[in-house]
Amino acid sequence: MEIVLVGLNHRTAPVEVRERVSFTAEQARRAANELRSRGILEETLVLSTCNRSEVYGVPPESSHECAPGLSSFLSEFHEVRPDVLGVSLYHHYDREAVRHLFRVSAGLDSMLLGEAEILGQVREAYRFAHELGATGPVLNRLFQGALEVGKRVRSETDLGTRPMSVASAGVKLAERIFGKLQERTALVLGAGAISEQVVSQLHDRGIANLLVMNRSRERAGELARQFSGKVVGWGEWDAALQTPDVVVSSVAAEEPVLRREMVERAMSARENRALFLMDLGMPRNIDAGVAKLYNVYVYNMDDLSDIVQQNRQARENEIPRAENIVDEHVGKFLSWQASVELVSLVDELRAKLREERSGFIRARMESMKHLNEADQARMEVLMDELLEKLLLEPAQRLRGEKELRRKIQNVEALRDLFLSNREKP
Amino acid sequence: MNHLALLLTVLAYLLSLCLYIRFLSTGRELTGRLGTLLLGLGLVAHYFALLERSRGLHTVPYHDLYGSMSLFGWLLAVTYLGLELYHRQRSVGAFVLPFILVFFLAAHLAPADRLPPPALHGAVFAFHVTLSILAYAAFALSFVLSIIFLGEERLLRRHELGNMVWRLPPLELLERMSRSSVLVGLVAITIGTALGFVSVDRLTGQYWFYDPKYIVTLLVLLLYVLYFGLARTAAWRGSRASKLCVFNFAVVVLSFTVVNLYLSHSHRYF
Repeated sequence: MEIVLVGLNHRTAPVEVRERVSFTAEQARRAANELRSRGILEETLVLSTCNRSEVYGVPPESSHECAPGLSSFLSEFHEVRPDVLGVSLYHHYDREAVRHLFRVSAGLDSMLLGEAEILGQVREAYRFAHELGATGPVLNRLFQGALEVGKRVRSETDLGTRPMSVASAGVKLAERIFGKLQERTALVLGAGAISEQVVSQLHDRGIANLLVMNRSRERAGELARQFSGKVVGWGEWDAALQTPDVVVSSVAAEEPVLRREMVERAMSARENRALFLMDLGMPRNIDAGVAKLYNVYVYNMDDLSDIVQQNRQARENEIPRAENIVDEHVGKFLSWQASVELVSLVDELRAKLREERSGFIRARMESMKHLNEADQARMEVLMDELLEKLLLEPAQRLRGEKELRRKIQNVEALRDLFLSNREKP
Repeated sequence: MNHLALLLTVLAYLLSLCLYIRFLSTGRELTGRLGTLLLGLGLVAHYFALLERSRGLHTVPYHDLYGSMSLFGWLLAVTYLGLELYHRQRSVGAFVLPFILVFFLAAHLAPADRLPPPALHGAVFAFHVTLSILAYAAFALSFVLSIIFLGEERLLRRHELGNMVWRLPPLELLERMSRSSVLVGLVAITIGTALGFVSVDRLTGQYWFYDPKYIVTLLVLLLYVLYFGLARTAAWRGSRASKLCVFNFAVVVLSFTVVNLYLSHSHRYF
């Protein structure tokens, strides 16, 4: 019942290697089936995201012995030379494998600390493997624990609550003013990469209407089509500024594109409904005087970068709390694992002692011919009672005492000691 | 029973306050729900505490200053809970609960007044008083919401977000909640005042006689109608409307204190 993990991530492998070792859904299904049919793993689960490819499994024998086979399999499966793959792969066993997975689902191992997507990816990978029948009792319990850790970290800490990019910080700020964006309109000035990032965030948050204004109408059309928006002709300021609640500006221009008098006119036309302006241009696209207008909120690139910096610090401050949750659940999982293994060990020990008892009695009875059958039967019963008594109390304590299970670190050593058939030295 | 109801009310309100504060800092949904649940339990226990006090005085609890304060606290909690459920927004709880607690404790830890009961009594009079206190509670709530709005708006304009702004309700929701609260107050004060005139008519045979309290109450009514009308207009929406709401409540406080205690001939504590 050991656990093995072999994988690579953004820290250990460059993007060229990560690309080659990533799994599509079909590849994940094929890999899971092959790993089990070849007898490398009994239970298996493939977790593949843009930043990591990991195979979790329960090997039939020792996890340490299984790891090289698993590495070779990955190398063969993805047709990557073992020496290229070898330097990028990490291997974790048992406690470390459990801890690694729990940290992954908590977002502690992500490139962007505390990112939310990874929990959904772990959930999806587990659902996929479970439906495939590739998981068993150990991986089921392990991944259910991982999902619980992910949920707890997100609800009990601030690790994932604060925006970590300029685009998401801007969108979150808009939500501080308007609430949900489902009934709101956004105007995007410029159609470059930054605009696209913000539009993507707005789209994810359910913005109702998107207007795109760009000097190149063609590029504006592309962006608008991509996110189901509409194109507004460049320079139609009075009409364009009347409806939106959020304006995002990222235009290459020497002079401010939005001047105070333009916004003042627009505010009058829109009856002073609040207006949130995100100025992501460099130099700034919005005249500094606009920020003084009533019900107008202006945030430029520096303001948003400051927020991101503060949030990064705030997230880092949450790491110890998140690690505590991870440790708590690692302890719980190991305790469960030990209880299952120890109970199975006691059962095996009982069966072995019964077997030994039969042989022992047969051998001794040969020299005790003076006992009648009833006495012999009575002796057997007494021996059975003694064995049960000796085993019953430890078995009950193992089932009932968590602390005792935690103290027994190495079940395999106990198994070796009591159940091994090796000759005495 | 009296002590038990008092103890349970204080305990429920205190725990509710702690949970609302925790909800504000962590955003954990379960914590917020528990805060709401405990506020509901506090309301039930508070009701029994009011009932006990009423029995002890052999009169309705609003006949003395402290009873009025306790009833005010209870109606503030009822109004807040209604708004919270209607707008599905719990972040304000941490700011409202301290007021509820203070009013409850001040009312129930103080000895009862030994003033004679007022000349007016009966169901119409009881509704007049209860609705008037409900109106003041709703106006107090709109005051708290406006203060939060002004604080949050200031932080957003100055780009000083800190930890708090991310947890507070959005500005537009605060405006909507404040308007809802004022609407409850307006309906209550309109009906309550009309019932007051009916009560006076029954006692004296005339609807009107000069009392500064009447003038101030009509002024309060007018100011909140003004707020309600202006809050969505171009010139006033946003922080100006919130400032007007804060000013209006200052007039309510004036009506509650100076007018009641020194100027009015017919009103004591509401």
